[in-house]
Amino acid sequence: MDAILEMRGISKSFPGVKALKNVNLVVRAGEIHAICGENGAGKSTLMKVLSGVYPYGSYEGDIVYQGEVRRFASIRDSEHLGVIIIHQELALVPLLSIAENIFLGNEPARMGVIDWNETFARTRELLRKVGLNESPNALITNIGVGKQQLVEIAKALAKRVQLLILDEPTASLNETDSAALLDLLLEFKKQGLTCIIISHKLNEIARVADSITILRDGSTVETIDCRTEAISESRIIKSMVGREMSDRYPPRTPRIGDTLFEIRDWRVDHPQHAGREVIKGVNLSVRAGEVVGIAGLMGAGRTELAMSVFGGAYGRNIRGQAFMRGQPVDVSTIQKAVAAGLAYVTEDRKGLGLILNDDIKHNISLVNLPGVAHHGVIDDARETEVAARYRKQLNIRSSSILQKTLNLSGGNQQKVVVSKWLFADPQVLILDEPTRGIDVGAKYEIYTIINDLAASGRGVVVISSEMPELLGVCDRIYVMNEGRFVDEMPAKDASQEKIMAAIMRQYRVSA
Amino acid sequence: MTEVSTAKGPASPAGAGTGTSWKSHVREYGLLASLLVIMVFFQITTNGVLLQPVNITNLIQQNSYIVIMALGMLFVIVGGNIDLSVGSIVGFVGAVAAMLMVGFTVPGTEVFIKIHWFPVMLLSLALGAAIGAAQGWFVAYAAIPSFIVTLGGMLVFRGLTGNMLAGQFVGPFADSFQNISKGFIPELVDVGRFHWTSMALGSAIALALFWFDYRKWSHAGAREIEREPAALFFGKNVVFAGLIIGVSYLLASYKGLPVVLVIMGALILFYNFVTTRTVVGRRIYALGGNAQAARLSGIRTQRLSFLTFVNMGALAALAGLIVAARLNSATPSAGNAFELDVIAACFIGGVSASGGAGRVMGVVIGAFFMGVMNNGMSILGIGIFWQQVVKGLVLLAAVYLDVCNKSK
Repeated sequence: MDAILEMRGISKSFPGVKALKNVNLVVRAGEIHAICGENGAGKSTLMKVLSGVYPYGSYEGDIVYQGEVRRFASIRDSEHLGVIIIHQELALVPLLSIAENIFLGNEPARMGVIDWNETFARTRELLRKVGLNESPNALITNIGVGKQQLVEIAKALAKRVQLLILDEPTASLNETDSAALLDLLLEFKKQGLTCIIISHKLNEIARVADSITILRDGSTVETIDCRTEAISESRIIKSMVGREMSDRYPPRTPRIGDTLFEIRDWRVDHPQHAGREVIKGVNLSVRAGEVVGIAGLMGAGRTELAMSVFGGAYGRNIRGQAFMRGQPVDVSTIQKAVAAGLAYVTEDRKGLGLILNDDIKHNISLVNLPGVAHHGVIDDARETEVAARYRKQLNIRSSSILQKTLNLSGGNQQKVVVSKWLFADPQVLILDEPTRGIDVGAKYEIYTIINDLAASGRGVVVISSEMPELLGVCDRIYVMNEGRFVDEMPAKDASQEKIMAAIMRQYRVSA
Repeated sequence: MTEVSTAKGPASPAGAGTGTSWKSHVREYGLLASLLVIMVFFQITTNGVLLQPVNITNLIQQNSYIVIMALGMLFVIVGGNIDLSVGSIVGFVGAVAAMLMVGFTVPGTEVFIKIHWFPVMLLSLALGAAIGAAQGWFVAYAAIPSFIVTLGGMLVFRGLTGNMLAGQFVGPFADSFQNISKGFIPELVDVGRFHWTSMALGSAIALALFWFDYRKWSHAGAREIEREPAALFFGKNVVFAGLIIGVSYLLASYKGLPVVLVIMGALILFYNFVTTRTVVGRRIYALGGNAQAARLSGIRTQRLSFLTFVNMGALAALAGLIVAARLNSATPSAGNAFELDVIAACFIGGVSASGGAGRVMGVVIGAFFMGVMNNGMSILGIGIFWQQVVKGLVLLAAVYLDVCNKSK
């Protein structure tokens, strides 16, 4: 097979840092080519060079696409030749319909007047191709994130895509949707479409990729041809981090004490639809020194449960009892929940966790400002000392505590959010998808933090869509589905199969 | 945290341009420099009229209420809102205060009410705060966009002002009340025409500010925190102190420090302290920076937005009293379009339109920037309409420069 794309000796500098150093990438026509690397390895920068976000002249090296050297001045140029990139943060307009989104900027029109018949006909055709059973009139905001991803792909197909680039396509999808998406890519491959996929999920890469190019510190480490070489996750990780990573989960010896926090018969209604129960009678307990996991599919109600417990941050008409060390506690407002010793580390660190435009120091002190103040006046020296301590303790990689959190990598942003809550000195921490979108090395550090928290006698609740992660870090796992806990098992007896079986069992019963 | 087993990641591209504390002040230096430039420009074009002591005094008296309201507007905008009603509150509170001080008969009765100016001032501030509370309630608790709520307030209070005054001017007022706008601080030592007390007070303030700033700067050095380079630090402070002492000298050679300057200066120092040093100030910035994150960090975001409007209302009321005292009467049009000058001062001063960022000193300089332009162009005899054109363009240019700086 011929190469559809060759990037030769690509180098790209930003003021003060060389993001790409002589990177080479060869993608053969009709293959699925994965690009792996830790956060900051240069994957996204390389794709931005390819798609013309960084125009010709701002980088060194050559892009040879379909046999010719290309000099893209903008995304428009590259899209014109069928190079379409789908970013991790989807670029859809929430209040427009599926059809309008698919043909946005590319509307079938005569003299500026949109031909709606053709728009709908072609939309139906495209939706059929990607296997999405929705009306072209449905608004983006009303369909789930998995379906939105399919709309993005349909949009790419509408632009006559030759080379499809997907940046972390499954980061926000559950396992079922992820599997469906990967199947779709394999189906397209049969039809001759070339794909580049960037992902942290190595099991997915191992499943679909024909070749894997690995980047580290802005340089190409190697390209593995999966057809000639058997590929394993540990093989990829070794290449990514530059050494063997024997264990992905730090070892720990649990020392579990008495019950610390407990909720009984917790029920929550949907915030908009009165009377619709979202959480339907959940009992949960965490012991001192214990790490408890909540497994489940996207939409099972895990985040909703956590946020409703955390001061009613989600839902309304919240019923049920909460106990801290056996005593009833009032967690009806966020202030009371914090005072009771709860902390909630959100799954959406950019949207709900950080003041992105502010620095590390101010973000860390935010929850517990009285802790660095006397009579309402902030003691700058104390605040600086606190921030510096957490930066060191949690290994937040940054130029200083005055660096804006906007400029940190995902893993370091997560450590800032965790620091913020550690400084509030909670008894129980609820960590919602604590490692979403962060690289292998940073994940290990987050797991280490979880272990340290448990070792200090705190209770930790971990919500995660990655089952191996729950199996790796938890002592006990609840399985949640459709607003209920459907099973509970010690982690040492649990397996991915058992968890999935618990979820599916409930479907069979209800069906 | 000993078992960290990851390769040291490369510095991310975006991480290269990290915001250090002193670099984030560059904009203010730029603004201060531009203020000096236009002052020199008008000083030359007006043949020295601009910096004559009497004109400087005028400039301060004319701009004081804009600066005072801009301090409140800073909090409102930083919190992610806007207040369009402040001009109407100025008119309304001025009218109510005038009626109470001059005296009026309660309609339909024989009751005549006339109150001394001092309790009237307190009542007026409370009235302003109450108006702010009413609007703040709709914004914070009923979740109606502040633009709409305060647009309503702007119409309502302008209309009430007109009804109450029925096209009449209400005044005059007691001299002691007029002093809050037109008065000067008393002279302690009576030697000749020069006002030594004012000069001494001005110099003392300049030195005190310099000393506080120096202490902070040298502490930062001792604790090995990033700080601005010595040349920049001393350069800035010498210019700043020189400016204060220079202005004090000019004022002292006329009638001394205006009372309103003392009120304004105290408020500037107070609000600067609130924004930079206090818990409540920090929380307002967090609210504007990311309201959801602030709420999930246990901050009572609704109450905070509400309070920014209460504060704004009280400051608008104070401005209303100063305007009334200056005109020595309440008029139906008092405060007309002030909201635009106040908001423009904030944006020229570098307050972020999307909330979460902005500094007191920037806003004060922004207000004086507008003030000097108004004053200079008036002396030059440029028509009021052309003045508006110029001010509009300057506002746009200032924000455009900001946007350019940020995207670099």
